Amino acid sequence: MEFLTAHGADLLFYVFALLAVGGALGVVTLRSPMYGALSLLVTFLAVAVLFLLRSAEFVGIVQIFVYGGGIMVLFLFVIMLVNLHKLPDLRLFHGQSPFVVALVVALLALFGYFFVHVSFGPAFVRPEVFGTVKGQTGNPQAVALSLFQQQLLPFEIASIFLLVAMIGAVVLGRRQ
Amino acid sequence: MFAVTTTHYLVVSFLLFAIGIFGIAARKNMITVLMSIELVLNSVNLNLIAFSYQHSDLTGQIFAVFTITVAAGEAAVGLGILIAFFRLRESTTLDGASELKG
Repeated sequence: MEFLTAHGADLLFYVFALLAVGGALGVVTLRSPMYGALSLLVTFLAVAVLFLLRSAEFVGIVQIFVYGGGIMVLFLFVIMLVNLHKLPDLRLFHGQSPFVVALVVALLALFGYFFVHVSFGPAFVRPEVFGTVKGQTGNPQAVALSLFQQQLLPFEIASIFLLVAMIGAVVLGRRQ
Repeated sequence: MFAVTTTHYLVVSFLLFAIGIFGIAARKNMITVLMSIELVLNSVNLNLIAFSYQHSDLTGQIFAVFTITVAAGEAAVGLGILIAFFRLRESTTLDGASELKG
């Protein structure tokens, strides 16, 4: 029990990191896009928990709403809209996939080398920045203050970007 | 060794990235390729959050919010392209997209 209270956050990290990677493997290996989408949902929710464990409470909840809600419904909607009954007799992977596996393994070796040899020093030295210390009003307020004061211009540009994406999606989906 | 550090987050993020790249390059189904792109964007967000925590700097979290915005727009446009392609070809395999082949 003392072990759980002392290392609970670490244990949660390992459990949800495994879930995230397992869900991602499901996305690229499962034959049916429907099962792939549900596997992707597992990854999204597990990654949201990993955000919460790093004091990113607002981003974690936005991840659940936008990815687990919006984008996932969009994917499921499109999968049900297009007729995929002819898929099962097709081959799953391209002929180039051995080269892709070699590329990915080379990337893993390269990045793994750096991950082992770089140390980042003490983390989380100023917890009050995130607004999660006891007595503060919370992470969403800290994010909102930064978003609407220092980062106002990118915020407005994002609104124009969303308008352009919406018009683009409508034009692409229109019947000629 | 047991305690979780930024390196642990980098490893998970990189695994998601590698799996996503494999899905983008090796799968034939267009829907799965779009889902793999979402995996890659998610791994980027994981990196941003981990380094935000490492440096006690809120900017990483703000940047992650913008990345999620761009990912939502990308999913909407990508699925719009998929619907248009499906109307044209009656399938969602990438091999059918050969209009620009020389």
